[in-house]
Amino acid sequence: MHPETVHITSYRTHLWILITLLALTFVTITVTWIDLSALTVLVALVIASVKAYLVLTNFMHLKFESSLFRVFIGMVLAIYVLVILFTLSDYLFR
Amino acid sequence: MEHRDDIGAKLGMWVFIFTEILLFGGLFLVYAIMRSSYSNEFHQAAHHLNAFIGTINTVVLLVSSATVAMSITAVQKGNRRLAVILLFITLLCAAVFMVNKYFEWGHKIHIGLYPGSDLMVSLSHGQVMFFSLYFFMTGLHMFHLVVGGIILTIAMVKVQSGTINADRYVLLENGGLYWHLVDLIWIFLFPLLYLIT
Repeated sequence: MHPETVHITSYRTHLWILITLLALTFVTITVTWIDLSALTVLVALVIASVKAYLVLTNFMHLKFESSLFRVFIGMVLAIYVLVILFTLSDYLFR
Repeated sequence: MEHRDDIGAKLGMWVFIFTEILLFGGLFLVYAIMRSSYSNEFHQAAHHLNAFIGTINTVVLLVSSATVAMSITAVQKGNRRLAVILLFITLLCAAVFMVNKYFEWGHKIHIGLYPGSDLMVSLSHGQVMFFSLYFFMTGLHMFHLVVGGIILTIAMVKVQSGTINADRYVLLENGGLYWHLVDLIWIFLFPLLYLIT
């Protein structure tokens, strides 16, 4: 038995998330064809982050878990950002 | 009375996923540094990757992620038959991904492009870095795909037998989380390796 009320995501929601993810994939491909030089990588990474957010919140169900899960993943991402910043500061200003 | 803690089981799975995120995160960091040091060589080397196969594999993985998520919905609603079908579709997608990878890697190995080959040694340092990262990151990703496939096969058998049912399905949820992680990594690998030409 589940003491907490279980949230059941509908098939329709999953389908819409999938369609959005596929659409974003084709936006990425189109954008890299147009070639915005330096901006290309940035745009590709922003779109990838949006896709990752959709997967984490919906498919991985974070939207409906207790806030403890969100705090944890926030901390992990913060640690990763710190590692990136420290490494880049070393490489760029050595 | 048996002790059960589904939240705890999921939290444990997430902690494991965090270590995976940091593992691949380290590789992405190496990629970022090397790319900024050898941007021209990375651009040239990326031309050799087959963006078409990469795109197909992206679509296949996204679909497989959605079918896993839907299989959980099916189990929660008590429709185990549909859940088994959806998980089977997921495994088919995984097989398609592997076959595509076989042709992709097979072609590169055929023309002599693999770590330690004469061709690879003759390339410039930046290109060697790109192809080394390409083989290592897609290889490690593929390894995760195989493990995820095994976990989901076990989950599928258990759904079929009724061990996983509308009342207890945390194994399927955790298997699903692992599968979505595989998808998550590919979401970043695909544009960074295949689309930066």
